[in-house]
Amino acid sequence: MAVPVDLRRVIERAKRRDVIFVVLGLAALAFALCTFVALFANMVSVGWSRLNPDFFTSFASRRAENAGILAAWVGSLSVMIVTGLVAVPLGIASGIYLEEYAPRNRMTALIEINISNLAGVPSIVYGLLALGMFVHYFQLGASVLTAGLTLALLILPVVIVATREAIRAVPGAIREAAYALGATRWQTVKDHVLQYSMPGILTGVIIGLSRAIGETAPIVTIGAVSFIAFLPPPPVSTTFPFLSFEWLWSPFTAMPIQIFGWTSRPEEAFQANASAAALVLVLMTLAMNAVAIWLRYRLRRNLNW
Amino acid sequence: MTRMNDERRKPDLSTLTPKAQVRDLSFFYGAKQALKSINLSVYDRKVTALIGPSGCGKSTFLRCFNRMHDLYPGNRYQGEIRLFPDDVNLLSPQVDPIEVRMRLSMVFQKPNPFPKSIFENVAYGLRIRGERSRSVLIDRVEEALKGAALWNEVKERLDDVATTLSGGQQQRLCIARALACDPELLLFDEPTSALDPIATASIEELIHELREKITILIVTHNMQQAARVSDFTAYMYLGDLVEFGWTDDVFFRPKQKQTEDYITGRFG
Repeated sequence: MAVPVDLRRVIERAKRRDVIFVVLGLAALAFALCTFVALFANMVSVGWSRLNPDFFTSFASRRAENAGILAAWVGSLSVMIVTGLVAVPLGIASGIYLEEYAPRNRMTALIEINISNLAGVPSIVYGLLALGMFVHYFQLGASVLTAGLTLALLILPVVIVATREAIRAVPGAIREAAYALGATRWQTVKDHVLQYSMPGILTGVIIGLSRAIGETAPIVTIGAVSFIAFLPPPPVSTTFPFLSFEWLWSPFTAMPIQIFGWTSRPEEAFQANASAAALVLVLMTLAMNAVAIWLRYRLRRNLNW
Repeated sequence: MTRMNDERRKPDLSTLTPKAQVRDLSFFYGAKQALKSINLSVYDRKVTALIGPSGCGKSTFLRCFNRMHDLYPGNRYQGEIRLFPDDVNLLSPQVDPIEVRMRLSMVFQKPNPFPKSIFENVAYGLRIRGERSRSVLIDRVEEALKGAALWNEVKERLDDVATTLSGGQQQRLCIARALACDPELLLFDEPTSALDPIATASIEELIHELREKITILIVTHNMQQAARVSDFTAYMYLGDLVEFGWTDDVFFRPKQKQTEDYITGRFG
């Protein structure tokens, strides 16, 4: 059967456009990837020589070759613990309430719109809020606690939105199965909805935390210092009552602040320190994202409805 | 129509015990009336099938029995569904829908096992009824799985996730989950519409066995299925109960022209 020549020409042209799109798409992808690879390579080449065990166990110093990120990573870790402990329960509870309990009315719609908008508020605004509220009004000072609470506020919308989306992905048929057996709303949430949406919620939490760990503006605003030569007091002790919360009130520095501090120094040796610290920070973020992906994969294996 | 029920004895209705009586039941989704003043008796240890074209309200009707409509806002009941022997109105605002759902069990259109182990699926209803004893749970789970003709297929793999079962096995698991709670009335909402013919046959066989012990109300869009499994059939159309009676009367001697048209396939 003969195919009309015109039809072949049309197909040829359509196929050429297909190829054009593939080329454009690959170019766009390559641009994004190259930028990241270039930045990463630069960080590695400038900072690699500084990455030795001492770098992690030394405080900041006037002499670049002696300076390390001990205070910074301990500070970042402490702040993340507070942020996680505050943002995770509050965010998950809010998400559950909005998705499973809240009546569908104007008030709820207003709250939902506001939460989505909060996710887009510039982080410096959270810093200003924290400076006024936590530092001055509640007199918490430029402490680990203040920073943790501030970053918790910052990532709360992310956690809420992730929780809601994860909960919404649980099929209504599963809820009805639980209700039909006589489960209350809370039993349905606790025994089913929450368990099955955990992979999605955890992914959201980790993405929120990996955003928080790199935030600089809000913690600079609340008055974190970049040069600090002591650690917060340890949370456990050998004497009664064995637990201490003194560390919450301790002044602190954090990874992004340390990096910023070193970058603003004129000496080249400090630039190497900044690159090395930035490399550590990027690796921390990537590691967190890797954990998120792994968790999602692990926990979702059984969830094929 | 294969295997009809002509050979079944048909005692006088007045000699049968009703398990539930629907009186003047109307139901509204917001302003839209979905059920119009329905009166019907569900007889003890009989299978009652609800048939009718899509959108006739048969599933809506079924979901009134265990108050599923209470889960969504804007729904309203009128009339009564009285459950015997204690003669309680299931729809009364004074009756807790959770208590109703603890007495009546439901099996849904699409198998909806929890993504948990086979054991936990069947045990869940008992757990929320406060059963803590591991040995009681083990016994009751086994009993329910046997009742649902699934035990032999799963007894070696009770800890496997339920979603690894085939569709027909999943639906029998859902039936076991419902049976474990010792329901007074078992509601089936088109239980085989998502299953292949072999799985469908096994579910129908199961319904046949269950009716010895338990009252069953089943919605089906498959008329042969209604003819095969039920003692009574109710034909519904646009929220009205058009005809109700012994299944072979409804199928072979329908009183209403409309029922006859639907059953013979001229309509619907």
